[in-house]
Amino acid sequence: MSILTVSNLTKQFGGLVAVNSVDMTVEKGSITAVIGPNGAGKTTFFNLITGVYQPDNGNVQLGPTSLVGLKPHEISRHGIARTFQNIRLFSNITVLENVMVGLHKQLKAGIVGTLFQTKKVREEEQLAKEEAYHWLEYVGLAKHLNEDAQNLSYGAQRRLEIARALATKPKLLLLDEPAAGMNPRETRELTEFIHRMREDLDVTIVLIEHDMKLVMEISEQIFVLDHGEKIAEGKPAEIRNDVKVIEAYLGKSAVTPA
Amino acid sequence: MNKLTSKLKGNKLAQIILLVLYVLITSLSLYLAQASVTAFLLLLFSLLLLYYTELPDRLKWLIAGVVLIGVIPFVSSTGPGYQSYMEVATVVGIYVAMALGLNIVVGLAGLLDLGFVAFFAIGAYTYGIFATGQAANFMPFGTFPLSGESFWIFILIGCFVAALFGVLLGIPVLRVKGDYLAIVTLGFGEIIRIVFNNLDKPVNITNGAMGLASVKPPEIFGYQFVYPNQFYYIVLGILFLVILAVRRFEFSKIGRSWKAVRENEIAAQSMGIHLVRTKLLAFAIGASFSGMMGVVFAAKQTFVDPTSFTLLESITILVMVILGGMGSVPGVILGAAVITILNLQVLTEVTNYLNQLSLDGVISFPEALAPAKMQRFIFGAILIIFAIYRPQGLIPSKNPVFDEESLKEGSKKHRKEQITVEPDKGFQA
Repeated sequence: MSILTVSNLTKQFGGLVAVNSVDMTVEKGSITAVIGPNGAGKTTFFNLITGVYQPDNGNVQLGPTSLVGLKPHEISRHGIARTFQNIRLFSNITVLENVMVGLHKQLKAGIVGTLFQTKKVREEEQLAKEEAYHWLEYVGLAKHLNEDAQNLSYGAQRRLEIARALATKPKLLLLDEPAAGMNPRETRELTEFIHRMREDLDVTIVLIEHDMKLVMEISEQIFVLDHGEKIAEGKPAEIRNDVKVIEAYLGKSAVTPA
Repeated sequence: MNKLTSKLKGNKLAQIILLVLYVLITSLSLYLAQASVTAFLLLLFSLLLLYYTELPDRLKWLIAGVVLIGVIPFVSSTGPGYQSYMEVATVVGIYVAMALGLNIVVGLAGLLDLGFVAFFAIGAYTYGIFATGQAANFMPFGTFPLSGESFWIFILIGCFVAALFGVLLGIPVLRVKGDYLAIVTLGFGEIIRIVFNNLDKPVNITNGAMGLASVKPPEIFGYQFVYPNQFYYIVLGILFLVILAVRRFEFSKIGRSWKAVRENEIAAQSMGIHLVRTKLLAFAIGASFSGMMGVVFAAKQTFVDPTSFTLLESITILVMVILGGMGSVPGVILGAAVITILNLQVLTEVTNYLNQLSLDGVISFPEALAPAKMQRFIFGAILIIFAIYRPQGLIPSKNPVFDEESLKEGSKKHRKEQITVEPDKGFQA
């Protein structure tokens, strides 16, 4: 069963076609990778799915609902969460509060309830703290709960982004270069962690990644973008030997030696 | 000195005793040496000391209440300076509430607003128009001015009208960000002032530049509030509610969403935060505090005219927030108090003193350095010094500290069966 269906998705910036009629189907519960050289339109593609940009053409469907025209916060409510290539944490608030922001949509407190600190609001707030702490435990950041997010190490910031995304209880999790800047050991741990997330949390994962070892190891389906167009899709083994893909990464000469 | 502070740390009893002693001494000196500004300021300073003691919060509030409600009005009540002290304290209270309102907009939600005084003006005019004969010019029914007893309802009305204008302003304005937002809000502030200045024709609503005179003073059960020492208690009451509200908002879902928007709009949205609604709420709540104090201001001055609501006022309030510490409630309170007292008391006293000296022929100032001109110069110099040496503000904002042990216990119930969590073993080495 497919959870995400993208059809004919197109986005232009002025004369540049950043994403050009891309089709894509993501199976529920799968781990899918989107790869491609720099500037291929991968992040733009994520931004189109999550509503940061509106597509010029085409459709994005999460299960039965179309996401085109929805605002980012509405799309989040439909069950898509993401992390960012250039980390976007709430730097000056604590690690725990960062995750609590992820719980935003499930908290019901309104203005009046907050002003009068009703029993319900206080209980909800306490539960939110506990749940946020639980997510910190899950990604291994529990002991940093009171630190400012900006003081975490780079790898820890990436994990915090994942914890924050998980707190929104997504059906679909988009990870934009989760291994960027990690050393080989951290990358290996991340690979295991992504597997574990899928097992534990019943979540479908789509990731953009440049680390080919990770991509080949982890993904069941790979989509390759180049210059905004989808040039290949298939299982890791197929992609590894795809002529077009090798060409896109290494240049024509790699395929047909002069 | 270091030895002394280290000895005091942790010793709550000693802290209480010292604090009480301090309050007693400053109170006595104010009581005996009337019209001593220094003693009055030192007495106010006790509240700052209180903030730094390690007493439980409830006790701090209690002591602050006793000092503010009882001690300060009582010990200054016997001398000739009574009303002027109370006037200063009342104005401080008004500015503190406004600065706390602006702190929500600028400090928590990160929206630079340079026209904040507009909401104060709206509050002031809301009461001013109906508590003078002015409303009779355009209202087909009812008799005006309304009685002073309507004041209490008007605090709420002023609050809501200002919040409404906050939203109305926000809807078009929040399409722009950063520097542009500052410019647009600046424009809004000026528009409001100029509208009030010119709304005397075709229908005379605000009485234009002439202003609204003899606004009815507040009244309850036949008791009229006319003097600063009476307004002092009204302001104190509202201020207490404002501080309570700010604290509650700050550490709630709403406060978190403000901070999230301030830190990173795109990430905030992708967490399900409605950007426009969150910003509008910040504008509305910030404006509402200002609106309430506007009503009090109109009643206290018994006169409202557009010159009270200039750009300089907006900037002064912004300076209070920045000097005190953006996003920090105690900081902003201190900032507002320091700036107001500096403007109303310290700098004027210094100017008077210098003037006296030059009159007595002790020193002579060249025309360009006349003490009255020096006043703004000194004020500006103080701001620059603070901006350089303490950019985070007098009392920088602090993040809450959560108790790990209690959360550890509570987090267990969020684990599903299949999730195997070993604390701090996530996917790190």
